[in-house]
Amino acid sequence: MRSWISQQGRALRGTIWKLLRAPFATLFNVVVLGIALALPAVLYVGLVNLQKAAQAASPEPQLTIFLALEASRADVQQIEARLTAHKAIAKTRHVPREQALEDMKRASGMATVAEALGQNPLPDAFVVDPRDVSPAALERLRAELAALPKVAHVQLDTEWAQRLDAVLKLGRLALLLLATLLAFALVAITFNTIRLQILTQRDEIEVATLIGATPAFIRRPFLYYGALLGLFGGLAAAGLVWLARHVLNGALADLSYLYGARWQLDYLTRVDTVSLLIFAAALGWMGAGLSVARHLAEARPR
Amino acid sequence: MIALSDVTKRYPGGHEALKNATLNVAPGEMVFLMGHSGAGKSTLLKLMAGIERPTRGAVVVNGQNVGTLRARALPYLRRNLGLVFQDHKLLFDRSVFDNVMLPLDILGYDRRDAARRARAALDKVGLLKHEKALPITLSGGEQQRLCIARAVVHRPAILLADEPTGNLDPAYAAEIGELFRAFNQVGATVVIATHDMNLADNLAPRLIMVASGRIGADTPAVAP
Repeated sequence: MRSWISQQGRALRGTIWKLLRAPFATLFNVVVLGIALALPAVLYVGLVNLQKAAQAASPEPQLTIFLALEASRADVQQIEARLTAHKAIAKTRHVPREQALEDMKRASGMATVAEALGQNPLPDAFVVDPRDVSPAALERLRAELAALPKVAHVQLDTEWAQRLDAVLKLGRLALLLLATLLAFALVAITFNTIRLQILTQRDEIEVATLIGATPAFIRRPFLYYGALLGLFGGLAAAGLVWLARHVLNGALADLSYLYGARWQLDYLTRVDTVSLLIFAAALGWMGAGLSVARHLAEARPR
Repeated sequence: MIALSDVTKRYPGGHEALKNATLNVAPGEMVFLMGHSGAGKSTLLKLMAGIERPTRGAVVVNGQNVGTLRARALPYLRRNLGLVFQDHKLLFDRSVFDNVMLPLDILGYDRRDAARRARAALDKVGLLKHEKALPITLSGGEQQRLCIARAVVHRPAILLADEPTGNLDPAYAAEIGELFRAFNQVGATVVIATHDMNLADNLAPRLIMVASGRIGADTPAVAP
């Protein structure tokens, strides 16, 4: 067991030395892998931030019920009574049309517009907090309320959130596809790199085999090479994402200052970063493993 | 230690390198396989090292039938062998010392123990002062001695050498002969394929003539 660990350690040290001995080749490989991994990572960070922004912008979903303009005071009271009694509704707030007009006048820039109107164009409205906020229940409630007499229109103010959710779902699917493609690219890159390694180390493989090295002994440094290449590629990708976020945050600070707000992009969480590194190292290992299985037999005497 | 019984080796293409060869080497013996190049000496050594498999017949080395040995068992057979190649097969991208360390690395020796053994082997062949040099800077004789140091560093039971004095001048050849004699004296079985008569005269080992793929005259060793 101790000798096994020391052999692993020796293979790892030898591999690190091999990587450092060809710094430029290593650097270019790492940069290529880093860029390949950074593309899906950046998309992922973008999605996470978009999702967070969406959640912050839509607190509790509400329904706004606009009555028909010709609804009488009695109609309004009748509907209010029905709404308050409704089991699926937690809270009902009535916005009388006069108040709506006042609000509109107070809103900056709209006062003159409101003055210019001969009569109040705004209907009575109710703002309703539903008990069940699941999309299906909301949709059901919207349909039910829209069917009430004298109701002109029911607006579900989560509609844009739902649309955003659909966009995010699409984004996640795109991310999955992109990540899969680039994972293949990463495997292919390590596959080729290891193939070249095996070709340049033909002599070493031959001699080691003749001296009594097991296939595992010969495979080991190549597998470590692939895994380390993947790992460094992952680190490069994490660095690129960090850099991109840093640059965008600077620009975003300027933009959000103009809106009197403070927006910040989140970076990859620690769990995300570790997963990225493990994923990258595993893919590198896999590429190396495939390459070794394919090319070692050619380079080795029996 | 090594037993070939009725071994025929036919290479792809039909060339028969060995025909019905039968040969026994006892533990601790030193044997020279003598003959012209192309006589089948190298094929005999390759069969003993498991580099080639016999077309017919059995090759038993160290109690194991090489012909039927599973691929995964082959490395463990080879660990009992020390191989000296005519073309040395040194690794030119690493130092003399690291070349000798390779077999010990493969066997999983502790690093410090391995370094001590590697230096002892280099000292024995007179290359200790070159341990940090790259093999390319060594002369032909020194490269051959390095190859021998690498072959014996893990103290194998059997040493197989193919034309170890191939293109060396007689003084170097005699030196290398002494190294084999010393290794044989501590109990190793030594098989050397050569056409170097001087070497045979110096060491006076058991001589086996090989000609056109057949085992010929077998002369026992001359007692010293």
